Amino acid sequence: MQTKKSGNAFTNNPVVRAIGLQRIVVVLAVILEAVLFSILSPKFRQYATVVSILDYSYYISFMAIGVTFCLISGGNDLSVGTGMICYALAGGFLVQQMGWPVWAGMLVTILMGLCFGTLNGVMVAIMNLPPFIATLCTMLITRGFGSIITGGMAVSWPSRKGVGGWFRSLFKIIGTGESIPKGTIIPVGFAIVLACIIIMTIVLNKTRVGRYIIAIGSNKEAARLSGVNVVKYQMMAYIISGFFAGLAGIAYSATFSSSVAPGTGAGLELDAIGGAIIGGTSMTGGQGSIIGTLLGVFVMSLLKTGLPYVGLQANWQQIITGIVLIVAIYIDVLKNRKTAH
Amino acid sequence: MGEVILTMKGIDKSFPGVHALDHVDLEVRRGEVHALMGENGAGKSTLMKVLTGIYTKDSGTITYEGKEVEFHNPKEAQEAGIVIVHQELNMMNHLTVAQNIFIGREFMKGILIDDAKMNEEARKLFRQLGIDIDPAEKMGNLTVGKQQMCEIAKAISHEAKVIIFDEPSAALTEAEIEELFKIIRDLRDKQLGIVYISHRMDEIKVITDRVTVMRDGGYVGTLITADCTKSDIINMMVGRVIYEEPKTHSMVAPDAPVVLKVEHLNAGKMVKDVSFELHKGEILGFSGLMGAGRTETARAVFGADRKESGDIYVNGKKVEINSPEDAVKCGIGYLSEDRKRYGIVVGKSVAENSTMASLLDFVSGLFIDKKKEVEVTQKYIDRLKTKTPGVDQLVVNLSGGNQQKVVIAKWLVKNCDILIFDEPTRGIDVGAKSEIYHLMNELAAEGKSIIMISSEMPEILRMSDRIVVMCEGRKTAEIDIAEATQEKIMHAATLR
Repeated sequence: MQTKKSGNAFTNNPVVRAIGLQRIVVVLAVILEAVLFSILSPKFRQYATVVSILDYSYYISFMAIGVTFCLISGGNDLSVGTGMICYALAGGFLVQQMGWPVWAGMLVTILMGLCFGTLNGVMVAIMNLPPFIATLCTMLITRGFGSIITGGMAVSWPSRKGVGGWFRSLFKIIGTGESIPKGTIIPVGFAIVLACIIIMTIVLNKTRVGRYIIAIGSNKEAARLSGVNVVKYQMMAYIISGFFAGLAGIAYSATFSSSVAPGTGAGLELDAIGGAIIGGTSMTGGQGSIIGTLLGVFVMSLLKTGLPYVGLQANWQQIITGIVLIVAIYIDVLKNRKTAH
Repeated sequence: MGEVILTMKGIDKSFPGVHALDHVDLEVRRGEVHALMGENGAGKSTLMKVLTGIYTKDSGTITYEGKEVEFHNPKEAQEAGIVIVHQELNMMNHLTVAQNIFIGREFMKGILIDDAKMNEEARKLFRQLGIDIDPAEKMGNLTVGKQQMCEIAKAISHEAKVIIFDEPSAALTEAEIEELFKIIRDLRDKQLGIVYISHRMDEIKVITDRVTVMRDGGYVGTLITADCTKSDIINMMVGRVIYEEPKTHSMVAPDAPVVLKVEHLNAGKMVKDVSFELHKGEILGFSGLMGAGRTETARAVFGADRKESGDIYVNGKKVEINSPEDAVKCGIGYLSEDRKRYGIVVGKSVAENSTMASLLDFVSGLFIDKKKEVEVTQKYIDRLKTKTPGVDQLVVNLSGGNQQKVVIAKWLVKNCDILIFDEPTRGIDVGAKSEIYHLMNELAAEGKSIIMISSEMPEILRMSDRIVVMCEGRKTAEIDIAEATQEKIMHAATLR
């Protein structure tokens, strides 16, 4: 059979083809990063670092899973960063100031995500606004809305020892000396992330929702002519993104003991979008994988954790994140240029 | 040929300003391949869009399987068994072949999609068609020919009874066309009705049983393909009465020097070994059907698209043109067929548009010399008789014809001696049209040299001193106006 594929012995190797060249490269990048940081900083080589990397990876992963669906649909979601903080502020405010139980606060956090995801979906799918602009506006709205809800105050979700502190153990169990030795940290959040990765991989590849989101990103007009309800399924991508931004808000509140501050969160979406793109999701839509996104997220979260160890603080981190993003997007552009005829 | 499955009778459709279909008839029988032919803009696509519910007809009837029908969208038509295999393929490259074929009606196992079953069903379809394609392959990895086979398979899986092929062979190789014809014959033998739209005269003779010809939105006639010759069909396609007087002889002096010479130009898939000469004061018409490569040739000469090989001489001197900037330096101006996209900036004033290509001439010190800009703009408004309230009027507020004049002014201000007009009167009303023609004749008389690309036969015959005809990227004829006829041109335009 005649196909347009070409390549060398390595890229045509069936094992390489099955795993995907991009994923192999990303795994190598993660390993290279880890080795590099370990050599440059002896302090990097400890269990606490692994925990820290994972702590960062939780909320970025959740955002990135959602954003991956938007990217595959041919869109984008820039509102997940500030959105995540806004939803966590709303939920935390109810718990801290109104005395709501933690589970109710968590529920509100996710519901908020669903609402703003729906708003994004309406703007993109029904009003036909460009996704970039629509979600940029939602980014502003959620940032302002978060401050208004709390009256400009930072919000603290219950501490580990406080009432309702159990929710922090969803992501990190710290031994108290009873069944688990005192001080031992078990990063159970990774199990939650893994479960989401598996479920969303199935949703993407094995259900109508995922199939139609890929179809829309690949060729929206063809999908429409084939009788796919493109408005509904394009909206679905943004609702999924909103839901996962909500989850990210919970993960963020649970893993970091510091309070959630209004006005923050801008820029975090780039970690997620960057992770997705590094993981092989295309900016032009139609292709991407959830596992790839997870791998890409680790590239980003290793950077976030590792750079301070080698003496590069926040400002440098931003510069390096920016450069990594440029490289990842450029690779995506080159990849698409090759496949376009 | 079996019984009649589809009859379209007296189909009429108007768009604002255009009578697109004027009482057109079409009859398709089971087990026939029915060619639908006509020049660009004859109304073939419009007719098919009316059939499949993309457009609503103003009057006329469609009878399908003995019942009068009216479809409101392509999906309804599809469900009834009428399917179009489009020229531009409607494929989702990132999904597999089977996923494409069954999109919108997936086989399910609970809430999960049953891809194994879909692959199995797709394999059955391909076996039925005698095609060898792996259903699990990504669509984007297939050649255009194979992708088209998938579209056909998709049509068949809808239990189509009438399949419309819209220029299916345009992007295919010889071998792929052979395979396509084999499939079409199979489908015919299975008593499907097939409508085959194509410009390729030879294919029509090979594959079709009957041919219906349309011209300028009207129905001309239906013939049995085996009983007619290529010339019969061409005569029907072009047999219009031309009201405007065609040019009878070239206006160019026999000893006029060659100002532009293009030799063995190759660019992309659409320009293959094209050579021609343009004389001073000449209007050289470029004729051909859609996709003949005329615009592509012009763009390659102008440096807007990359060329692979070929030499260009301006006034006898060899020049390197690698960008529009180079071309403009050589005195070549290009008036795009898509004015709004490439010709003018609609949100800017007449003056700003007129001086856009030669702004440096209007700069004194750090600033633009507004007075000079206004003077020069006014000069060309007067000369071209552009109807505008003033130099400050935004171009968006002008009519199509006057917008075109602003583009002409832009290149005249730049002192271009070679002007390439790509479909100069597209979207311009009749009155403005003759003004543009008048203007082009004047420019030529003044010694400007003009290449005019046009899909309108009367325009070609009325304006050109000489005519180059292209077909599928190649120059197939060069005809002096004194010897040019519609038939000759159409013959060269459908050589394949």
